[in-house]
Parts: sequence; C-alpha cells; structure tokens
Amino acid sequence: MAHSNWAEWIYLGVVTALLIYVGAEAWNVERIIDHAPADAEIIIVTGQQWFWTFEHEDGTKEVGELHLKKDHAYKFEVTSKDVNHDFNIPEFVVLMDAIPGRINTVWFSPNEAGEFEIQCREYCGLIHYNMRAKLYVEDV
Amino acid sequence: MVLELARPRPIWQIMFSTHHTDVGLLYLVFSLLAMFVGGAMAIALRVELFAPGAQLIQDAMTYNRLFTAHGTTMIFLFLLPSAAAVGNYLVPIMVRYKDMAYPKLNAIAFWMIPPAAALVWLGMADFGWYANPPYSVISAPAPAAEMWIFGLKVLGVSSILSSINFVVTILKCKHPDLSLGKVPLLAWSFLTSSIIVLAAMPTFAAALLMLLTDRLGVSGFFNPAVGGDPIAYQHLFWFTFHPEVYVLVIPAIGMMYEIIPRFSRRPIFSHSSGVAAFIILALVSFASWAHHMFATGMSFTEKTVFMVGTLAAVPASAMHVFNFLATMWNGRIKFATPMMFAVGGIALFFAAGAGGVVNTAMPLDFITHDSYWVVGHFHLFVFGTIAFGTIGFVYYLFPYITGRMYNEKWGVVHFILAFVGACITFFTQHILGLFGMPRRIYDYPEIDAWISMNQLVSVGAMIILVGMVIFLGNMIYSMAKGKPANLEDPFGLGGKYYYPFAQRNPQHGEGGY
Repeated sequence: MAHSNWAEWIYLGVVTALLIYVGAEAWNVERIIDHAPADAEIIIVTGQQWFWTFEHEDGTKEVGELHLKKDHAYKFEVTSKDVNHDFNIPEFVVLMDAIPGRINTVWFSPNEAGEFEIQCREYCGLIHYNMRAKLYVEDV
Repeated sequence: MVLELARPRPIWQIMFSTHHTDVGLLYLVFSLLAMFVGGAMAIALRVELFAPGAQLIQDAMTYNRLFTAHGTTMIFLFLLPSAAAVGNYLVPIMVRYKDMAYPKLNAIAFWMIPPAAALVWLGMADFGWYANPPYSVISAPAPAAEMWIFGLKVLGVSSILSSINFVVTILKCKHPDLSLGKVPLLAWSFLTSSIIVLAAMPTFAAALLMLLTDRLGVSGFFNPAVGGDPIAYQHLFWFTFHPEVYVLVIPAIGMMYEIIPRFSRRPIFSHSSGVAAFIILALVSFASWAHHMFATGMSFTEKTVFMVGTLAAVPASAMHVFNFLATMWNGRIKFATPMMFAVGGIALFFAAGAGGVVNTAMPLDFITHDSYWVVGHFHLFVFGTIAFGTIGFVYYLFPYITGRMYNEKWGVVHFILAFVGACITFFTQHILGLFGMPRRIYDYPEIDAWISMNQLVSVGAMIILVGMVIFLGNMIYSMAKGKPANLEDPFGLGGKYYYPFAQRNPQHGEGGY
C-alpha cells in the first residue's frame, strides 16, 4: 500500500478500547444483578391473552394488579399459559419473557412507593396493546 | 450501461429479457414500488399512533396486519430486491463479464418475487415479521399465516438463487486479468453478502417448514402444548436474520464505496481495508444472533458470549466509516444528491451502530428490549443507512438508466427532508423507548410524555413522506422531461476518469450505450 494507515490503527485501537470498557462494565453489572437475594419473596407471574395473574407465596392470587412492599426483595417466576408475553415494569427496569413451558426468573426491590404500570412488551395478539396491570408499592 | 428510455423498447422485451441490466431494471422498479407500498403502510401506522384512541385504523387486528406487512415488505420486497438491482446492473460490468453467470436463473430469481409479494400483501398476516410461535402456531388466523409462510419460502429461494448467481459470477466469471483483490468494493460487498445468504438462509427455510407443519397440527416443534420449544424457533429465526441485517447493510456500504470516491474525486483510501472489513463483518455476523433473545431467560454465560460476539462487529463497521472519512479528507467533494445520501447514510450508520452497542450491553438490553428504542435503532439502519445508500445510488444510476438527469434541486430537497425526517422520527423513538413504550402496540395510555413524543415521531414520518413524494415526482418527471444527460460526465465531476464502469448494452445495438 502506498499510503500510511497509522491513523486507521489508532482509530481502531480507540474503538476497541471503548468496546472492551463497555463490555466489561456490562459484564460486571449483569454479574451482580443476575442473582436474586436469598431472602427474596417469590411471586409467580402468569401471562395469558390478555391479562396478568400474580400468585404470592402464601397462595393469594391477584389479577391485573400487584401489591408489594417497599424495600423488600421479590423474585418473579414468570411463565405463560398460551403464547409468549413479556412481563415488564418499565419504572423499575423489570423485564422478562413469559414463555409457555418455561419458568424465567427476574428479581427487584422497589425503592419507591406508589402506583406503577405493568405491561406486556412482547407481541401476543389482538389486545397486546392493552395487556396492562397496576403495581402498588406500599410503604410499611 | 443501458438507456432504457432514451431508446424505448416494448415493455415485454424488458420483462422477458434475461440480460443483467434488464433484470436489474425489473428489480429496481419492483423494489421502488414496494418501498412506496411499505411506506404508505408506515404512514398509516404513524397516523394511528399520533394520539391515543382510534385515529385512522379502527381495530387492533388491522393495525397488527399492517405492521407485519410493513416490515415484511420493506425487508424482503424493497431492501433485498433493490440491492439485487444494483448488483445485477454493476457486478457483471465490474468483473468484466458479459452477463451474470446464469442469466435464466437470474430472471427466475426475480420473477419469484412478485408472486411472493402477492401472497404477503393479499394474506396480510398479523404476527409481526418474525412470526414468533406459539402465537404464529396456535393463534394467528388462517389463511393469512400460511400465505405469509409460503410467500417467505418463495422469497428465501429467490434470494438463494440470486446469491448463487452473484458468487459464481464474481468468483468464476471475472476477467482472468482481474485478480480478486482488485475487484471493486461494490462487487466485493455482493460476494460477501451472498455468501452470508447461502450460509444463513437454509436455517430459516427449515424453520418455516417446521412452522407450517406445526400449524397443520402434524408436528409440534415449537408448540409447548405438545412438548415443543418456542425458543428453538427464535434461535433458528435469528440465526438467519441477524446475519440478514448484514446482507442488507453490506451492499449499501458497497454502494457508498462507489459513490464517495467519485464525488470526492479521490481514489478510495484503502481498498484492502474495505475488503478486510467486509470479510470480518461476514464472519462475525454469525456470532451475535442471540442478542435478540437476552430476555427469553438466557443464562449469564450465554448472554456474555453473544454480547462479545455483537461487540465484535463494531470494529469492522468502524473500519468502513474510517475508510469513507479518510477518502473524503482533502477530497474535492461535489455534494450532488447521491453524495449527500451517502454521507447522510454514514452519519446515521454511526448513530445506529452506537445505539447497537447500548442494546447489547447486557443490563441496558433490559431497558431497551422490545421497546420503541429498538424500533428507532433498527430503522436507523434500514432507513437511515441502507435505504439512504440505495436511494443515493438510484440517483447515481438515474442518468445511465434513462439518459436524462434528475432535477438536482429537488434531489437536494428530498435529501434534506429525508435526513431531517429520519432524525426526528428515529431519534425520538429511541427516547420514547426509554420512557417504556412497547413495540407493536395499536393504542397507548394517555401518558403525557408518550403522547408528545409520538406526535413528534409522526410529524417526522410526514416529513419523510413529503420527501418521498418529491422523489417519486422527480423520477417520473425527469424520466420524460429531464435534461438529456452528458453520459461522459453526468455529474459534472470534470472527466471520464471518475466513471470507470460504462458499458454498451447489446440490446441497443452499435453506437449506443
């Protein structure tokens, strides 16, 4: 090659270094948040066309709404009865696919009391747009 | 090249021709038609989402059918055929061969597309362009789903046939004096993207058959009610369609490699770096498919592997961007419409790539997954990069095809509207996604931030629409009434040197181009 391309190598080096930084940081954060705390209360989340059912550890069931306590860890066991859904609480970045025949887990600990949206984030048919529920976080 | 309109021929002569420029013209006309059809669907969707409640579309089913048809149309009936159009026009010329390696196969590959389009458009399936089971197996209405499956099957075969043709033409039919390393980058882009198709497409072909037999009830591959696994489909699907993203983007980059050196009036900065980046992209395109599936309950290890595989695609893309910038550096740039689209496309490509890094960083994926962020992100690729490259190239080819010049002023107006519209529409969609709005929803609750951002997105879409109408008007008017082009130097770059690929079309006899 007639021209010198040192500039390209420097540029690639910078890009690669940035990528390694992003990748390492993502790996590190995910490593921490991947495991639910041992004392997390289990809630079974079931999606079906087109509503959410929540079952607490003590066996009480809620449909279309979920009542939780502030600063308390919860582990959701997410599944579906018919087609794929996606359990999502955007305010707390809780997101996990609800897939029939599988139980996926995701956990969170609400640090804020109030009323929040729960929605389906995976296309599931006619009323997908309105497959919503309410999350009530109570300060106790 | 051809002068289709300066020396008119009866339409059937073009339709039944197997000459590469004629097939290329058919591909081009069809793909632009599909772009306007798919665009009209997008506009209907945006009008609907302008405000909460039913606006234009009265029921969710119609909306779901429209976004499915929009996605399928844009990917399979606009972007793939428009790339094939450019490839058919230029690859044989670039490798100095008289035609494609298999001219009849080439024509067959094209003529498979209109019937497939009819199946997709008449069926109007409702399961999104990814047809995720078990919805697509147990819930999607017939016969729309079957028609979509058959349509996609035909399109897959067509795409495999045309890829075989490109690979054979480039590897076996190139002029003996032309070494593979010297083959122009546009032809290289078709070589790499065709090889990706050949490796990736059979997987989806198998998945489609499995989906069909599942729907018929004779198998249960993806149906958990009879012991199947819906996630298996997602793996098969994305194993084909993540690489497919590169199948679409690589030819668009190849087109930019054609436009940018000409209009910068400088040779490309590094041919070998462009070739290397194409090959690297083709390889790593197979290392990232499951980054679409982080939220399906993948283990930490799986997520890490696919995150690294995805990040690995970035340096090669960055090599292309560097190559473009280094070529333009100190160049005597002429900002004609094709150049504007190419440069605008690079800018949006960079933004799209940066968004991709965010998507794949594991914790951030759970913020963006299946939200409007993703819609904005991939539209920056498919519209901002690929369609920009393609439309720029259509302007570039226009004088060669028609013998007339398009109207430069209206071309610039089109570019400005398309660029501004794309920025407003797709960047706003990113932010809308961060505010938690899911994809593929017909209606949304009255959340103030969602409403105002949706309105902004719809306004952006309208700006793009105005640009596209100007594009259509400019093409039609200029074909008939445009200034006759100086085919030695249609863009006024100052010499034949900048147009290395002129060729006579045997259909036009001696004396003509």
